[in-house]
Amino acid sequence: MLGLALIVTALLSLASGATDSSAFAVGYAYFTGQQGSLSLVERVVITDIRAPRTLLGILIGASLAVSGAIMQGLFRNPLADPGIVGVQAGAGLGAVTFIVLGTSILSPVSAFLGIYHVPFAAFLGGLATTFLLYRLSTSNGVTSVATMLLAGIALSAMAGAITGLLVFVADDQQLRDLTFWGLGSLAGATWTKVAVTAPIILPITVLAPMLARGLNAMALGEANAGHLGVQIQPFKRVAIIAVAAATGASVAASGGIGFVGIVVPHLIRISIGPDHRYLLPASALAGAIMLLLADAIARQIVSPAELPIGIVTAFIGAPFFLGILLRRRSLLDI
Amino acid sequence: MLVHRNGHPLILISRAIGQRFLAVAISMVFIWSGYASAEEPEAKRVLAIGGAVTEIVYALGEDDRLIGRDSTSTFPPEATNLPDVGYIRALSPEGVLSVNPDLILARENNGPPEAVDVLKSTGVTWVDVPDDFSVEGVDENIRIVAEALGVPQKGDELRRRVASEIAAVQQRLDGVRTQKTVMFVLSMRDNRIMAAGFNTAADGIIRLSGARNVIDVFEGYKPLSDEAILKAAPDVIVTMAGRGDHGADDEQVKSHPALGRTPAALNNEIIQVDGLLMLGFGPRTGLAAQQLASAIYGFES
Repeated sequence: MLGLALIVTALLSLASGATDSSAFAVGYAYFTGQQGSLSLVERVVITDIRAPRTLLGILIGASLAVSGAIMQGLFRNPLADPGIVGVQAGAGLGAVTFIVLGTSILSPVSAFLGIYHVPFAAFLGGLATTFLLYRLSTSNGVTSVATMLLAGIALSAMAGAITGLLVFVADDQQLRDLTFWGLGSLAGATWTKVAVTAPIILPITVLAPMLARGLNAMALGEANAGHLGVQIQPFKRVAIIAVAAATGASVAASGGIGFVGIVVPHLIRISIGPDHRYLLPASALAGAIMLLLADAIARQIVSPAELPIGIVTAFIGAPFFLGILLRRRSLLDI
Repeated sequence: MLVHRNGHPLILISRAIGQRFLAVAISMVFIWSGYASAEEPEAKRVLAIGGAVTEIVYALGEDDRLIGRDSTSTFPPEATNLPDVGYIRALSPEGVLSVNPDLILARENNGPPEAVDVLKSTGVTWVDVPDDFSVEGVDENIRIVAEALGVPQKGDELRRRVASEIAAVQQRLDGVRTQKTVMFVLSMRDNRIMAAGFNTAADGIIRLSGARNVIDVFEGYKPLSDEAILKAAPDVIVTMAGRGDHGADDEQVKSHPALGRTPAALNNEIIQVDGLLMLGFGPRTGLAAQQLASAIYGFES
């Protein structure tokens, strides 16, 4: 049912936008081989603007929601989200570094990477932070999730301080860029971004249910999970790397989009229960739907300008989440 | 990730930079040839991105061809009636296309680059207008906009007018014996001072008004400590008027623990200016310089 809803939302996302280009007219023209009858603008709007944007929305929504579900299961903490492994702080630092220094000290690097230097730096920053955090919280081959949680807070504070320093030296224009980056947007969606993020996000999202058995066992505590035959250490490593890669790719492609990683898994948990075998795929679909809907609102509501999508996800997500929380609070214990 | 099979990274980097220059050179040739061909159809639906660009279009009297603007274009007031395609650095490709432009005049600091690339691929004519806080920059921008709109004569008239206004100010300034120092206060929310350093529009207009920016140690707009303010001891303080929390009146300046003890506050040399006029660096630059110079040096205007 969620799959069907996703298809409907995706079509809606293709069909709606600031221009009155009709997705159906373009689809029909391609189908009947009459591309020549379309204007250049019509073609660009559907094939180069809306189509990559819709696909990127699906990928990122799914990846954020699945990553959130995995982290909540792994850390046995309802507040965990992908940010907990330090990806977002690290990615933020990477992006800010290049937004501020990309035109001066680091200009040879940004010239080399072209217009994708900020996403690339964000991805690298996210992965580097996760790696560091993993090393910090692993001793004698055992990763302590509690250490990871606390070290994550320390590393985020550290990244925040360096970011603050960079913000101080930034000029006005860079400050505006930083603000918009932090709120996230799918407006920069291109086929290149889809082609770069899909090979990372798609396999992780599709294969995530393979972690379900381990996550279900982890709910009973780490020791019990071990008794149930889960290889704890490799399992944790795989889960953390998968989340870091998927989140790093998402943050790199669209900036910081909050809330999806926390709200969506909880909504699904409330409606179908905490069994990760169903929770993970359902979260992926619901995350994609939520992000597409939020994006549709983001680009319509102040048209022809558009809102950063992070504002919309929080505006819809927060009250909705609160409402459900207050009605069914007993079900929220993981 | 980019994988290169051949070459040292430095060579690749310099090659990438070389390609940039080549691309710029090629596009300049294209722009030039575009200007040269008289049979080019005139753009009828013009989208102006950037406050100064919009002002130039209005000053050229070509505003009837404008069909949209960005959120920084708020002068003249009637410009705000045009559809707003959003902030200059956060353009949405589809939003821009929805106003159906056939010519986009964009101040150079536009973005995000992905969105701009998509827009350029639609075949809509895109003209970049440089960001430059100097007299030469204003002159060049008027020329570029006028050529793109196909009205070079009107452009020349406007350039002459702006140049003569600026020349008139400079002539008056020739009689000034001692140069005054100015601190430009962008905002003073909660008594925290944001002042203009070099490479800012504020610095540019202070120079044009024959004064010296007292802050020459940092670039851009930055918070300034109370001690730094006292040490700078400006002869004149310039604040922005009527922009919500940015604005600061004389009383606020005088009651500030540090600003209130500067020569400027003690001698009542506090000037409130219209930020859009002073920092726009559009066709009203001459007017702005004249107003500020008159206020600083007490000419009758």
